[in-house]
Amino acid sequence: MSALTVSDLNVWFGVGAERAYAVRDVSFDVAKGESFGLVGESGSGKSTILRAIAGLVPTWSGTMVVDGEPLGRRRSKAFYSKVQMVFQDPYASLHPRQTVDRVLSEVMHLHGVKDINTRIARLLDDVGLGSGFRFRYPHQLSGGQRQRVAIARALASGPSILLLDEPTSALDVSVQAEILNLLVDLRSEHDLTYIMVSHDLGVVGHLCERIAVMQQGAFEEVLSVADMRRLEAKSPYTRHLLESSIKSIR
Amino acid sequence: MTDAPLLDVENLWVRFRTRSGVFDAVRGVSFTLGKERLGIVGESGSGKSMTGRAILRLIRPPGMIEADKLEMHGEDILSAPESRMRQLRGGRVSMIMQDPKFSLNPVMTVGQQLVEALRAHEKVSRGEARRRALAMLDEVAIRDPERVYELYPHEVSGGMGQRIMIAMMLLPSPEILIADEPTSALDVSVQLQVLDIIDKLVRDRGMGLMFISHDLNLVAKFCDRIVIMYAGRIVETCKADELRNARHPYTLGLLNSVPDLEHPRERLEVLKRDPEWREAPSVSARQ
Amino acid sequence: MSASQGLREWLLAEEPTSRRQARWASWYKGWLTLRSNTLAMLGLFVLAFLILAAIFAPLLATHDPFAQDLGQRLLAPGENGHLFGTDSLGRDIYSRLLYGARISIYIVALVVMVAPVVGLIVGTVSGYAGGWIDVVLMRVTDIFLAFPRLILALAFVAALGAGIENAVLAISLTAWPPYARIARAETLTIRNSDFIHAIKLQGAGPFRIVTRHIWPLCISSLVIRVTLDMAGIILTAAGLGFLGLGAQPPSPEWGAMISEGRKYILDYWWVATIPGIAIFAISLAFNLLGDGMRDVLDPKEDHS
Repeated sequence: MSALTVSDLNVWFGVGAERAYAVRDVSFDVAKGESFGLVGESGSGKSTILRAIAGLVPTWSGTMVVDGEPLGRRRSKAFYSKVQMVFQDPYASLHPRQTVDRVLSEVMHLHGVKDINTRIARLLDDVGLGSGFRFRYPHQLSGGQRQRVAIARALASGPSILLLDEPTSALDVSVQAEILNLLVDLRSEHDLTYIMVSHDLGVVGHLCERIAVMQQGAFEEVLSVADMRRLEAKSPYTRHLLESSIKSIR
Repeated sequence: MTDAPLLDVENLWVRFRTRSGVFDAVRGVSFTLGKERLGIVGESGSGKSMTGRAILRLIRPPGMIEADKLEMHGEDILSAPESRMRQLRGGRVSMIMQDPKFSLNPVMTVGQQLVEALRAHEKVSRGEARRRALAMLDEVAIRDPERVYELYPHEVSGGMGQRIMIAMMLLPSPEILIADEPTSALDVSVQLQVLDIIDKLVRDRGMGLMFISHDLNLVAKFCDRIVIMYAGRIVETCKADELRNARHPYTLGLLNSVPDLEHPRERLEVLKRDPEWREAPSVSARQ
Repeated sequence: MSASQGLREWLLAEEPTSRRQARWASWYKGWLTLRSNTLAMLGLFVLAFLILAAIFAPLLATHDPFAQDLGQRLLAPGENGHLFGTDSLGRDIYSRLLYGARISIYIVALVVMVAPVVGLIVGTVSGYAGGWIDVVLMRVTDIFLAFPRLILALAFVAALGAGIENAVLAISLTAWPPYARIARAETLTIRNSDFIHAIKLQGAGPFRIVTRHIWPLCISSLVIRVTLDMAGIILTAAGLGFLGLGAQPPSPEWGAMISEGRKYILDYWWVATIPGIAIFAISLAFNLLGDGMRDVLDPKEDHS
C-alpha cells in the first residue's frame, strides 16, 4: 500500500486572467518507507507540491490520498499527526521568542500527548541534541542545531510521512552531512516515508531511491537513483541537469 | 612592470568589539595574490568573507582591521585615505557579491548603471561609455545586449543579473576581482555558465581572482591555488590539482562530507572538530 | 557578594535547566542591554523618581495642595518655606506638582490599558484574517485616523462633560489606530513565515496562532511605540487641561496649572514654568526610555 498518492495535481496562484500555474498535471505515488525526491531548478514548482500536500496552498485541484484517506480542502487533525514538514531555512522556521522546550511542548500539547517531559527529553536525544539544549532560545543555537530542533518538532507528533523542503541547503557542507546522516538514521528508526525537495542531485541521490525531475511545473521524468547514477536519463533536460551537476565537481 | 604581487597581505586581523569582549573574525592571515585564481574556502563563520571585505576596507565600525602589511601593487592600503580607497574600489579592485538582487539598483536600468559605473572611474563620453557597456554585455554572453541595456533589474533572471553584475564590475578593467560566493544563489546549470564567463574574462585580461566559496570542489575546479580557512585562520593551502594530497583533517572532512552523485556512501563522513585546529598558528599562503 | 554572583551566573548560564531560568535569563540579558544605554537609564531613573513622588505625595508634600491662602499668593520659589513658590490662590506649587504627578500617571496608565490593547487586537486580527475582515477593520481604522485628535477630544468632552476620564477616553479613541496599523504590518510579515506555517501544520487554530505566536512578536514594537507616544499623550492631556476641558480646578493637573499661571507669566514666571518643566521632564524621560527599549526589544537583533 502506498503512503501517498497524488494524481493530476494542479496548483495555481492569482485569480482570473492572472492565474499562473505553478504545478501542472503532476501524478506520483510514494510507497511506505520509500524516499522520493523532487528535483528541479528554482521556480520549477517542486516546493509548491510539498506545500500543497501540507495544506499550505489553498488553490489546487486533483486528488491526493494519504494512507488511503483522500485529502479535502481542510486538513484534519489526524492528517497533521501523520504528515509533517521540515522547512528550508532553519533561521526562519523557529519562533524567535520561544525556547526549544516551549516549541516542542506546544506541539505535543496540540496532539494530546501525555507525559510531555520525558517525551521531549527522548526526542532531543533522538535528534542528537541532548537535554542541555532544552531551554535555549533559537538565537543561542547554530544553523545545524536549529535544523535539528525543526526535525524534532516535525517528529513530535509521531508522523509517518515527512516532507523535507531543501532541509540542508542553508547549511555548511559538514553540517549538511550531519543532518543527512540524522535523516537516514531517523528513517530506519521511525519507519518514515520521505518526500524531499532539493536542487542538489548529490543530496537527493544520497537519501532517495526514486526521483522526479521537474521543469516549469511539470514532471519531466521519474527515474530511479540507480539509473540517475548511471546517467541513464531519457529526457534531454534531465541529462543536461545531471551533466552540469557532475561537471561542477570535476 | 614590477614583480610585486597584485595583493600582498601579511598578518591580517579583523576584530569586532562586542559587549562580551573583542571578537576576532580573522586572525593573522597572510597570503599573496598574483595573476592567478586564488580560492578561499571555509564554512560560514570561518572569516573568508571578512578577509575579502578587509582588503577593500569595507569593514564598518565596531570592526577594526589590523595588518603588518596590506599592499596592493606595492601601494599601502591600510593607511590610504578614504578618497583613495574609493578610487581603488571598483577601479582597480572589484567585488561581486552573492545575490545580484541586492547589488543592482532597482530604479535604474541596467544600461544606466553600467554607464554610471564606468564614468565613476574613467573620464569617457556618454556615447563611448554606452558603446563599451554594450560590448561588455556581449562579453558576458548576453545574447541581445541592446535589449538588456534598457531593462530594469527586476526584469532579468538571477543568472542574467549575476552576469550583468560581472559586466559592471569588469567594465573599468580592474586588476583584481573578488568574487564572494558569486554563484550560490543560482541554479546548477546557470552556475557553470557564470563561472565559465568569470574564468574566461579573468584569463583573457590577466587579472587576479579571489574566489570566496564554501564549496571546496567547485573552487578546486576553477582555481589555481586554494586557501582553506577555519575559525579565522588558514589551516592549509595547496595547488588546486594537489588537493587530493591534502593532509589537514579539516580539508579532508570537507571533501568527504559532500554526498557524491557517482560514488554513493552509506554514511557521510562527519567532521570531528578538534579544538587544536582553532589554536594552531595560521599557515602562510604567501608566494 | 557570593550570592549575587551565583545569581548572575545562574542567569547567564549557557544551558538553562528550567523554563523559569530561561525566561529570567532572557529578561536579564534585556536588562543588561538597557543598562548599557546611559540615556535610557536616565529616562528610567526620572520616571521611577516621578512614580515614587506620586506614590509618596502625602508624605513628601509640605502643604495641602488645595489649601488656599490669599495672603501668601504668588510667592517666589523659596519664600516662606514654599519650595517652588505659590500660585495666584496661594497654594503651594511643590505640593500641587506632587499630587499632579498622580494625575499624569493615572492618565498614562488608563491610556496604556486601552489604546495599544485595542490596536493590537484590531491589527492582528485584521492582518491575520485578511479578506473582507481586513478591509472592514482597516476602513474603520482609517475613519478614526482621519479625526483630528484634539477636535475629537473636544467633541467628546463637550458631549460627556469635562473630566479626566472623558479626556482619557477621547485620547484613547484617537490613539489606537496607529497601533492597529503597526500590529497589522507586523502580522502581515509574520503570517507567511515558516514558523507560523510549522505551527499551522501541527493543527493549531487561528486563535492560538494569533494570541500565542503573533502577539509576542507584535508587542515589542508596540511597547516601543507606546513609550515614544507617551510624551504626546501627556502633552495632549495637558493641552486639554490647559483648554479647561480635562482635569477641572482645583485639581492640580499640570496642564491646568500652566493654564492658570499664564495670566501671570510676565510677572510671576514660576507659576507656569514649573509645571511646564515637569511635563518636559516626564515627556523626555519617556522618549529616552523608548529609544533604549528599541535596542532591547528588537526581535531581529539577538542580544546574546
